[in-house]
Amino acid sequence: MNGIWIFLMGVSVVFAAVNGRLEDFTKSIFDAARSAVEVSLFLLGIVALWMGIAKIIEDSGLIHKLSAIFRPLVCRLFKNIPPDHPSIASITLNFLANLLGLGNAATPLGIQAMQDLQSLNKDPEKITAEMMLFIVINTASIQLIPFTVIGILADFGSRNPSWVVFPTFLATVLSAVFAVGALLVCRRILK
Amino acid sequence: MKAIRLLSQLFIPIFIFGVIFYGVFKKVRVYDSFVGGAKDGLRVVIRIFPYLLAIFVAIKAFQASGAFDFAREMLHAWLGSFAIPLEAISIALIKPLSGSASLGLFTDVVKTTGPDSFASRLSAVILGSAETTFYVLAVYLGAVGIKKTRYLVPVCLVGDAAGIFLAVLIVKWFF
Repeated sequence: MNGIWIFLMGVSVVFAAVNGRLEDFTKSIFDAARSAVEVSLFLLGIVALWMGIAKIIEDSGLIHKLSAIFRPLVCRLFKNIPPDHPSIASITLNFLANLLGLGNAATPLGIQAMQDLQSLNKDPEKITAEMMLFIVINTASIQLIPFTVIGILADFGSRNPSWVVFPTFLATVLSAVFAVGALLVCRRILK
Repeated sequence: MKAIRLLSQLFIPIFIFGVIFYGVFKKVRVYDSFVGGAKDGLRVVIRIFPYLLAIFVAIKAFQASGAFDFAREMLHAWLGSFAIPLEAISIALIKPLSGSASLGLFTDVVKTTGPDSFASRLSAVILGSAETTFYVLAVYLGAVGIKKTRYLVPVCLVGDAAGIFLAVLIVKWFF
């Protein structure tokens, strides 16, 4: 991330100077600061809401039941997660929320999953293979039906707004398979 | 499709009802548990905030400086032989950076080229199959304070690029 940040900021300053857009540049970083606060406030609400629900799941022991149900599914992909670990439940719930297109539920569930995976990490600053796999599957964003997109197409009078459903599903599944494959190749080569 | 829509509408209400019901059944003081858990949310979001700020500043500056337009033109010229509409290239480039910006752009494409045009359908598939990668990275890595990301970021970017090429191939094939 360090390299990417330096690249984006450096290129931006140079382009702003060359294009005579230095004023836009300055304005944009203050705009960005404001939208970071707005997004964080929004996150605060949904994350606190989910953490409250999650605490009930934990205190009531439901977490062990959920982990037991989803274990065969998750442990096949994530080899180093011990059985009956809370991350099994949070990972599955995050994937389910993504599949159903529930972005507001998926983000806090993903944060919870990352925290659960971090509890298995020996070096807290270094990412584990499980975390990488989890994030790569998340950024491939497998979704059954893209409701928002279909809604916009329908609003503008498309004859067949659901035409996009199958191509989208195919593209997202294939790109997920490709990304996971690339990750596994890197893992083997760069051990 | 109706069934999936129904399922996605029912999922959260049923889940929350089930959790509370189970908690009461197990004699947990659910209200106190909920409040106790929610308290941790504040700490998590405070930890994420600096990461989010850093990535937002970089992305907005990249767009405002004209570097984004330059990258788009370059890519369009380079991909000219594949006959990919400029609108779809814009969406493909902006989706990993910003969810709301890409949705606004998509609405624009549908408005100008019509809802059943090749550009609209390709943009729709790209929008539905790509993720706001940098936001996900900032939030998920920030939440646990990971600094050494090894080969994660390149893999995510290669995955994004592959997703866009797949979207183009698939839409051309189906259209």
